[in-house]
Amino acid sequence: MSEIPSVDMRSIVKTFGPVVANDQVDFTARTGEIHALLGENGAGKSTMMCMLSGVYRPTSGDIFIHGNKVKIKSPKDAMKQGIGMVFQNFRLVQTLTAAENIVLGERSSFWRGPGWMKNKQEEIEAIADRFGLPFPVDRPIWQLSVGEQQRVEIVKTLYRGADIIILDEPTSVLTPGEVEQLFYTLLHMKAEGKSVIMTTHKLKEVMAVSDRISVMRKGRMLHTLDKQETDERELARLMVGKEVAAIRPEASGRKPASGIMLDVKGLDVFADHGRKALDQLELRVQAGEIVGVAGVAGNGQRELAEVLTGLRSWKNGAITFAGGELKNGSVRGAIEAGIAHVPENRMKSGLAGSLGAVDNLLFKSYRSDERSTFGFLRSKSNKVWSQSLVEQFDVKTPDLDTPVRSLSGGNQQKLLFAREINQEPKLMVAVHPTQGLDVGATEGVHKLLHELRDKGSSVLLISEDLDEILQLADRILVIYGGRIVGEVSQTQADREQIGMWMAGMQGEEEAAG
Amino acid sequence: MSDQPIPTTAVPTNPEGKPAAKLRLRLEIERNPSGQGNPWWMTIVSIILALVFCGIFIALNGMNPITVYAKMLRGAFGTSFGFTETLVKAIPLLLCGLGVSIAYRISVWNIGAEGQFVIGAMAATAVTVYWPNLPAYAAIPTMIVLSIVAGGIWGLLTAIPKTHFQVNELITSLMLNYVALLALDYVVFGPWKDPQGFNFPGTPMFTETQSLPVLGDTRLHFGLVFAVIAIIVYAVMIRYTRWGYELRLIGANAEAARNAGIGIKKHILVVMLISGGLAGLAGMSEVSGVTHRLMYGISPGYGYTAIIVAWLARLNPIGLVISSVLFAGLIVGGYSVQTIGLPSSISEMIQGSILFFLIAGATIGKIRIKRSA
Repeated sequence: MSEIPSVDMRSIVKTFGPVVANDQVDFTARTGEIHALLGENGAGKSTMMCMLSGVYRPTSGDIFIHGNKVKIKSPKDAMKQGIGMVFQNFRLVQTLTAAENIVLGERSSFWRGPGWMKNKQEEIEAIADRFGLPFPVDRPIWQLSVGEQQRVEIVKTLYRGADIIILDEPTSVLTPGEVEQLFYTLLHMKAEGKSVIMTTHKLKEVMAVSDRISVMRKGRMLHTLDKQETDERELARLMVGKEVAAIRPEASGRKPASGIMLDVKGLDVFADHGRKALDQLELRVQAGEIVGVAGVAGNGQRELAEVLTGLRSWKNGAITFAGGELKNGSVRGAIEAGIAHVPENRMKSGLAGSLGAVDNLLFKSYRSDERSTFGFLRSKSNKVWSQSLVEQFDVKTPDLDTPVRSLSGGNQQKLLFAREINQEPKLMVAVHPTQGLDVGATEGVHKLLHELRDKGSSVLLISEDLDEILQLADRILVIYGGRIVGEVSQTQADREQIGMWMAGMQGEEEAAG
Repeated sequence: MSDQPIPTTAVPTNPEGKPAAKLRLRLEIERNPSGQGNPWWMTIVSIILALVFCGIFIALNGMNPITVYAKMLRGAFGTSFGFTETLVKAIPLLLCGLGVSIAYRISVWNIGAEGQFVIGAMAATAVTVYWPNLPAYAAIPTMIVLSIVAGGIWGLLTAIPKTHFQVNELITSLMLNYVALLALDYVVFGPWKDPQGFNFPGTPMFTETQSLPVLGDTRLHFGLVFAVIAIIVYAVMIRYTRWGYELRLIGANAEAARNAGIGIKKHILVVMLISGGLAGLAGMSEVSGVTHRLMYGISPGYGYTAIIVAWLARLNPIGLVISSVLFAGLIVGGYSVQTIGLPSSISEMIQGSILFFLIAGATIGKIRIKRSA
């Protein structure tokens, strides 16, 4: 234990404007170990690693590499310290070959004699072979699979002589077979005395390869544990935290849930790159209930929301909604059936920032007879209507023509809710509805969702914030790998159990279905 | 956390606990492709900057820039001949500029107005070649319809690959310009060449029945009415119709428009059909109203100048009228300075400089300096 750690980060603080991403975080990694950095999305893992690799600079705190205090100002500095990072989104030039990508930026590559590239390719192939990372060195990147591209990234760090290798969520893009191959490589790197740091939120993988595990939550470092000392259950509990969700007020004074509103059966959905995103998903929502879908990002939540709102079509299965069949892949069909949508990122896909309140409120209703006639918009009455909605939902805007991008996040979200609720939806699909909002605005959104529920509509709340789900949802479903793997009612919710489900561990007791 | 903005400039680190000694600034670049968020006076500033910049070159030629500009102004707007000439040149610029503006509304970068113009001119001429004896009431409408259809199809040749195979419209629309120009060369040097034309690469002159009516003894022709009608219809459609609302929505945020159930592919196809059709109509009005024949080099680059016209107007209908007249005036003014020994390409130089300063201004306008707290 007396040896000097290869990485020693002390009291790291990182803020982005008012947001504190890392709060007094300490982190050490030893030579020749695989260190897993575990936490939910937004726990601050990636931010920590970005500071180590020179992408961000810490607001305060010190970094020691092999015992020397260093300032890492850029990825180049990081490289000099022997730190290499493989990002979740690869940094590769699509049209260059794998080998060219690896030598890119090398000083000596400016003047190339004959046979230079051939020698480099052989050198790269030798490294790739040594660590069990085969890929075609002379093929352009766009022809390689995602798994192969990741190998190129890893070899790039090794080629540049990194002995501290950071992998940010390395398994999220890989098939199970490729994951095993990757682990073999990691063990190999460890055997050669390199420090491997891997951020992840998958417990199984953590237990499979890592030597030590650091758990982060909400920007803080909770514990660093040896693998032998811990188990998945403990890690799951640490990862999701154990504070008790606030008991909801007025949980009693509402109509009981009645009748099936949404029935999803055996749904298969493919994501953009042909990966199966939803796998025989089964889901039921009753009228007058809020169903929370908890899960770690990338387990099919986005695709589920897209399918229900008509933005994506499904391959197999059926969706029955309010007694009828839902049209496959028709946004118009979903709107007409009465499905409202609060998208994940309101400015990206929910509002048109450069347009004013009227145009933004008209999004879904401009086709109706009240809003337009013979193809012409009823401009005057639309203005009056918008004004009344703005007042009713208490949207603070200088006037109806002010571009909505200049409104505060809370007011933007209120405007969006005004539009969606005005449609009198039977089901609202709300994805991270309070992301980036302050406490007051968050409460406002929660109130709107409750009111909607109390009027007999259904709400499907998709969120990574377990606290929010526990606070709002009547029933909680956990999605993992494109399937609903757990279900529990709000009153019986057990964070530890939910955490296990979220991390892909099927609980032994009372496995709900 | 990975979607946090990465500061583009170095931010001095703040020592723990101490108040920041320096003001911490960072540069952010806003996404706003058409530059519509910029204040209108930036357009005026870029025109002034372009005039100053070109003035340097005029001065280097040993002339006083002020005199030259005054001469250009008089030549383009000072006389009734000059002014009607300016309007004649403004007609194709306005129609083509309107065409590309509609496409730019929804971020479809159609730079193929030149080719669509030529194809429209060819379609109109085909009527005179193959049905030379149509009476006026049939000839002109047939020429109008065919030129719009042909220009529209030329636009669809760009739109369909874009919507169905994700082919970049910049490339296809530009390349189709050359296809159209070569097709023009083929017909005027080949099958449609005037047998009595002393080998001049052009078709026979149009008859009275195949020509658009003109105003008095000027060259100002009926195409002006097409242009004015088109611009009014455009202004009303964009502002007051469902279709216009959909276009505005797609232009403001395509992903949000998709969420509102608007079919973007369908809109791209329709818009390119209209965009090409308007340029095609411009081509028809040029051959039928001005040159009265199809000939080699029928367009002196109207389709390209139209792109600058649209940018300068910021896709606004009234702006389009002003900027197309302004650019037509530049062309006509350029001719008038030839008499004092300057090449007429001075007007092209000014056009280019205006675009340059316009784009530079739009880019600078997107950069915001923010205090990072």
